[in-house]
Amino acid sequence: MSERKKIAVAMSGGVDSSTVAALLVHEGAEVVGLTLQLWDQQRLAGRHGIPDTPPVGRCCSLDDVYDARKVAEHLGVPYYVVNQEERFEQDVVRPFVDEYLAGRTPIPCSLCNNHLKFDQLLKTARSIGSEFIATGHYAVNAWDERRGRWILKHPVDLAKDQTYFLFGLTQEQLAHTLFPLGGMTKPEVREHAREFGLRLASKPDSQEICFIPGGDYKQFLAAYMEEQGREIPKSAGEMVDSGGKVIGHHEGIENFTIGQRKGLGVSSPTPLYVLQIDPASHRVTVGADDELATKTLRAHKLNWISIPELRTAMRVKIKIRHRHEPAWATLEPGGTDEAIATFDEPQRAVTPGQSAVFYDGDEVVGGGWIF
Amino acid sequence: MDANATTPLLPEVFEAMRPYWMESYGNASSIHRDGQRARQAVDAAREQLAEFLGCREAEVVFNSGGTEGDNTALCGLLAPGDHLITTAIEHEAILRTAERLATRGVEVSFIAPEPSGLIAPETVRAALQPNTKLISVMLANNETGVLQPVEEIGKIAADAGAYFHIDAVQGAGKVRLDVTRFGCHLLSISAHKIHGPKGVGALYVRRGTPVEPLLVGGKHERRRRAGTENVPGIVGLGKAVELARTALDNATLTRLAALRDRLEQGILAITGTRVHGAAPRVANTTNIGFEQVEGEALVIALDLKGVALSGGSACSSGSTEPSHVLMAMGLDKTEARASLRFSLLRTASEADVDAVLGVLPEAVAQLRAISPAVAGTAQ
Repeated sequence: MSERKKIAVAMSGGVDSSTVAALLVHEGAEVVGLTLQLWDQQRLAGRHGIPDTPPVGRCCSLDDVYDARKVAEHLGVPYYVVNQEERFEQDVVRPFVDEYLAGRTPIPCSLCNNHLKFDQLLKTARSIGSEFIATGHYAVNAWDERRGRWILKHPVDLAKDQTYFLFGLTQEQLAHTLFPLGGMTKPEVREHAREFGLRLASKPDSQEICFIPGGDYKQFLAAYMEEQGREIPKSAGEMVDSGGKVIGHHEGIENFTIGQRKGLGVSSPTPLYVLQIDPASHRVTVGADDELATKTLRAHKLNWISIPELRTAMRVKIKIRHRHEPAWATLEPGGTDEAIATFDEPQRAVTPGQSAVFYDGDEVVGGGWIF
Repeated sequence: MDANATTPLLPEVFEAMRPYWMESYGNASSIHRDGQRARQAVDAAREQLAEFLGCREAEVVFNSGGTEGDNTALCGLLAPGDHLITTAIEHEAILRTAERLATRGVEVSFIAPEPSGLIAPETVRAALQPNTKLISVMLANNETGVLQPVEEIGKIAADAGAYFHIDAVQGAGKVRLDVTRFGCHLLSISAHKIHGPKGVGALYVRRGTPVEPLLVGGKHERRRRAGTENVPGIVGLGKAVELARTALDNATLTRLAALRDRLEQGILAITGTRVHGAAPRVANTTNIGFEQVEGEALVIALDLKGVALSGGSACSSGSTEPSHVLMAMGLDKTEARASLRFSLLRTASEADVDAVLGVLPEAVAQLRAISPAVAGTAQ
């Protein structure tokens, strides 16, 4: 790093972002640590079985802010907590709740990345005179001279690949973001953390949705709706097989996710899975595992990264959920801000509300939301 | 520029405390002479406090600070079925305590201020109920500096036969305290707001006021506050109030008000700014709204330029909500967030003010230029 760059590091109190801060300080950058305070972990405590004390090591918990602050002190860099609880609730939590109530299966992490982690953080960074933010995401971004675009690519550690959650990044955001961990494996990151003397080098990774203690989204929905004085809309209805025959009844569509097997409340000699949720009729269709597979996918609210827009059909690999192995498909433009993909092989459980991210080799072409 | 959050020890206070750490370290409740030396120091401080508050020495209870004083006043006096009148602009030490008492059977009325930040005495009178046991109102608001009409409220309390508590944490050292004139039964102060040490304060308890202790145990402080006396802290508090009283007697406050006005005028020269709290205020505080600026970002930007400021109460920041004080005065969330509190130390100089005015206009202009710029995310 030739000139002394001022970089705002998004510090969560975890080992990844802490190591990013340490690496940048080590390289001679002028680092300012920022933690986004997004959710009050005590807020729904005691409602609908949510524990009174949040589990330790949860994002936005006081423990994590404490850890992040200790790292900043250790590195001797200024550190601030930026409160964005209101925006988080508006842009992430409420859409998350509404999606479930509408029978879809949302991914809050992508919404958070789009609205909070990058948009808001970059804004805060600029307001303190820093043109760049750095995060602990495992991804690579690079400027491509030939295409005149910023490109987002798989990281070296494919097991930690977070590009699926980053498809919404704009060119502007990519141009001002650093992903220093893109070229490292997680064990290497932990090794760096140890070398830099970070006490949290062996802190476990967080996995669950940060605002849902214990990971029980139904419990969260009930508690949040109660706090808001809202009733969960009555959406009980029929459970039918793929031929349309009624085989049972259910208590509400928010209890189901495409591909779900457990808790269907109907008995069958062979395992049954949720195939379809119709928010209008409240009808939930169930069927055998092989009926879950579909060949086409429609995505909207698109964002393009390696191309300016999709004009003609394109061969891509598509990832339809976090742990999904990307599958070959032909992607074609649909209506306004829509794309239609046809998979070479039918894919299991294409789920409305999840995102579909399109890859070309190791590059993210773009992505959108399945509907 | 954040004197309402805390203040440094004055050298005289530091010197006064010095012997009570390692030399005269006795326990003020011991019988032997080591203990007696500590006892004398505590008694001397009690005299200084009595002088400062205009009360009897026996009416001074030393404690750990403003929060403890506020908690003791409310929890020590109120029982289920009693009614408490307080205001929506109190410090968290009152608000959260009142909320907790409300869950335990105490009725609570929170009086809203005028848009100026002033609590109108007639609104207090209108809130009276036959079971009103206690009225608690702050002397000066920590965020706007607005002085509350405690004398009139004291008369209302007397007429109604209710007890009256004043949270004087921010008023102490900025206006003359006189518990008789205020007509209060209880009054909380804290040392670190007036160049004393952190973790020590005092509660004035008028003779005959039936306040249950918050901490029980030994017979310290006439059974009103158990726990070994914090001798160095109490000595520091005593010295700090003595010095504050002197400062109130001379031209310090006039000088401070002139500095504050100079700062305020300088800031108001920036377009889209306005002062919150159009009422008589303490001399060192001003609260200013900046249109189209996120206060939190401005606090960080200025801190990185070496100017320490606050978006509101230090006790509620580092986190959450827009100022409850400004919201109670009728500002919306955006306006409340776009506000900063400037509070001058009584040792402040023109150079301190000029340092702020030197960086503030540019920082505000930068923030305003950026705010709309980073738009456009997918979704």
